[in-house]
Amino acid sequence: MTISAKDLLELLRYPAAAFVVALVYAPVREFLRRHRSTAIFLGVTAAASLLPFIVTLPVLNEFERQNVWLDGFSNAGVFVLLAVGLNIVVGLAGLLDLGYAAFFAIGAYTYAFGASPFSGNHFPFLLMVAAGAIVAATFGVLLGAPTLRLRGDYLAIVTLGFGEIVPIVFLNADQFTEGTNGIGGIYKPDLPLLESFSLLNPWPFYLVMALMIIVVLILVYKLERSRLGRSWMAVREDELAAAASGINTVVTKLLAFSLGASTSGFAGVFNAAKLTLVSPDQFLFTVSFTVLAAIVLGGMGNIWGVAMGAFILYTIQVVLLHELNTFFDNFHLPHPNFVEYQYLLFGLALVVMMLLRPEGLFPSQRRKRELHAAEELGDDAELPGADELGGVDPSSSEVRL
Amino acid sequence: MTTAAQPVDTTGRRYPQWVVLSVVSAIVVILFATTLTFQPLLSGHPPDLATATQQTANALSLGAIYALIALGYTMVYGIIELINFAHGDVFMVGAFIAMTFLRTGFQATTLLGMGIGLAALGGFALFLGWGLVSGLGIRRAAPRLLALALVVGATVGLEFGVKQTGPITDGLTLTAVLIPTFLIAMIIIAATNVTIERLAYRPLRKKSRLAPLLTAVGISFILQNIVIVWQGTGDRPVPQLVPLVKFELLGAHINWLNMFILVLALALMVGLQTFVNRTRLGRAMRSTAQDQQAAQLMGVDLNQTISVTFLIGGALAGAAGVFQGLYFGFVRFDLGFNAGLKAFTSAVLGGIGNLTGAVIGGFLIGFVEVFAAAVGQQRWSQAIVFMVLIVVLIIRPAGILGQQVGERA
Repeated sequence: MTISAKDLLELLRYPAAAFVVALVYAPVREFLRRHRSTAIFLGVTAAASLLPFIVTLPVLNEFERQNVWLDGFSNAGVFVLLAVGLNIVVGLAGLLDLGYAAFFAIGAYTYAFGASPFSGNHFPFLLMVAAGAIVAATFGVLLGAPTLRLRGDYLAIVTLGFGEIVPIVFLNADQFTEGTNGIGGIYKPDLPLLESFSLLNPWPFYLVMALMIIVVLILVYKLERSRLGRSWMAVREDELAAAASGINTVVTKLLAFSLGASTSGFAGVFNAAKLTLVSPDQFLFTVSFTVLAAIVLGGMGNIWGVAMGAFILYTIQVVLLHELNTFFDNFHLPHPNFVEYQYLLFGLALVVMMLLRPEGLFPSQRRKRELHAAEELGDDAELPGADELGGVDPSSSEVRL
Repeated sequence: MTTAAQPVDTTGRRYPQWVVLSVVSAIVVILFATTLTFQPLLSGHPPDLATATQQTANALSLGAIYALIALGYTMVYGIIELINFAHGDVFMVGAFIAMTFLRTGFQATTLLGMGIGLAALGGFALFLGWGLVSGLGIRRAAPRLLALALVVGATVGLEFGVKQTGPITDGLTLTAVLIPTFLIAMIIIAATNVTIERLAYRPLRKKSRLAPLLTAVGISFILQNIVIVWQGTGDRPVPQLVPLVKFELLGAHINWLNMFILVLALALMVGLQTFVNRTRLGRAMRSTAQDQQAAQLMGVDLNQTISVTFLIGGALAGAAGVFQGLYFGFVRFDLGFNAGLKAFTSAVLGGIGNLTGAVIGGFLIGFVEVFAAAVGQQRWSQAIVFMVLIVVLIIRPAGILGQQVGERA
């Protein structure tokens, strides 16, 4: 039996491919590490182009058609934006914000005031995106300026209060907001190339969402590596030391707060344009809290982890549970209403996750080290390494966010 | 650098009880005067002594409920610096336990149903009993049996319930009904709170600050959903066993129930003050709140002390749950969230970690809410409460009674 060239090729196909991958892997990885913006662009683009195909695969297409999946993914994208924005405030600057949905609401209502039959205005979408971000950031500054000098937990409760007040205001100021019913019939985006924004065609929203995520991720990444980003982390680790090193902590914290708020406002505009309806009950405490849970589950401080955490959490909580109902209905099987128990499952998942893996699914290296400092260092608080690890002493009460 | 002083004044600061009581009464007078003055201005009615008296009485009952919940928040925050988001829902479960007992208990019509009910209740009782024994670290046999007996007794009581729908006019019978109601709600909720701490917060004590906070919200979701599965999402009526007997004061017809709630709540608060200030365990709590490490070095059992804090907070929340049922006549699954937020606001308003502050904050918030309703702006009451909170925190970040402490080094 002779081995032909063709057979040899056949035989060596996989080893050769592996060899090529091995050869290319290191330079590509190095390239992506150096050019993180390109990596973000390529990564999100790849994910955004693969997802529509993945959902047509056999098991997943049993649940729903591609369109419905894509619609869900666009909503998940809103959630990713929120998580990335909150990550600036909580993950980078260490300010616990429990009322983040307020800025989301402000962004959404800004769009509703700017482009709906109710208000009689119809400004262009891109202008309103900017307006939503700016208005939300302004409210961020207005809330932050007097309150950012408060200690961590007080700030948490003030933001929680703000998060409660904003929906109540939108609910009760009914001559401006139509109260409980909310403002409906909001105009679709009027972007030049994407003419056909409609409820039936999820593609335009999906593409715009992917684009927005790329832009926001790159911006946040650049910010994180900038002087400002380093100031945020310095303030998070030790505010006194940061101030002593010449950082203007008030401005630094205010910028974190308002940039986080503007991301939320940005997401709010998109959400309002997509749903064509804003109402106060879309912005309750559960939203603020779910976003916070997403960034902690994903791995606080790490943009990729946060984005993945938000995407996974939203997809499971809203899309998957809903689809499970549909799936069982299609086969006429008896089943519990999964959507009804979503918060029970969510609560259980959260508690179990915190007990087993408090650093999240994809933690940043630094945070992982901080959280496991206790095991590495033992219980001796005076080890010289303790300060290098962010000054975390496991036995003191001063463990930071 | 590594050992940090506690940031706020905690339970350590002591006020004699006559000071506390006179401050509370002074507040009552001020609130009364304010209502009398401002209500006519805002609502357009002529000044009316009777209405002002009525509103003050309402505010005091509501404030007493908030104060009882706020004490649980403030004690837990004072001792482990955790915003215990589940506390409001613990109160809500307490209200549901009281409702179940005041109705008919877990009464099943069939023998099988009764068997399943008893088995579930038995499992529940054993679980809580385990939580209580393990949380408090009770090692000796006799106290262990006592703890188990209390929990099992309370649960068995819950199985039967009060089979009475109308008001009970006989004072003796009424007392015989109310005492077990309070005991059952307080014991079960205290045990639940200790069990939650044992299972969900204790393992996270040395992890990051956010982990227990998120766990607490997770627990809050779990408790709400358990109640939804158990009782549904609608309002559940609580039978009004206490007859509506009124007495006249300054032209207003005030319900004795209001006074009953106020007096009982104040008695519980005075009892708590005495416990914290005069007993060995109270001293352990105060020292733990000041400095955990130093307290441990002095021989304080940290786990036990923290569990006792949760035990007391739970018992007070259980009592507040009974008051809620008696006073408003209904319970609902989302009650805990709103009441919890307001109670937490009270705790912060008074200076978190400070027991007297929490009580004062509770009465103030109760007053703000009743006042908002009295001038016809009930729908804004929640927003007003939070506005007050934000303004107070901006002006005086440590709350009314909290001590201003510099940034931690």
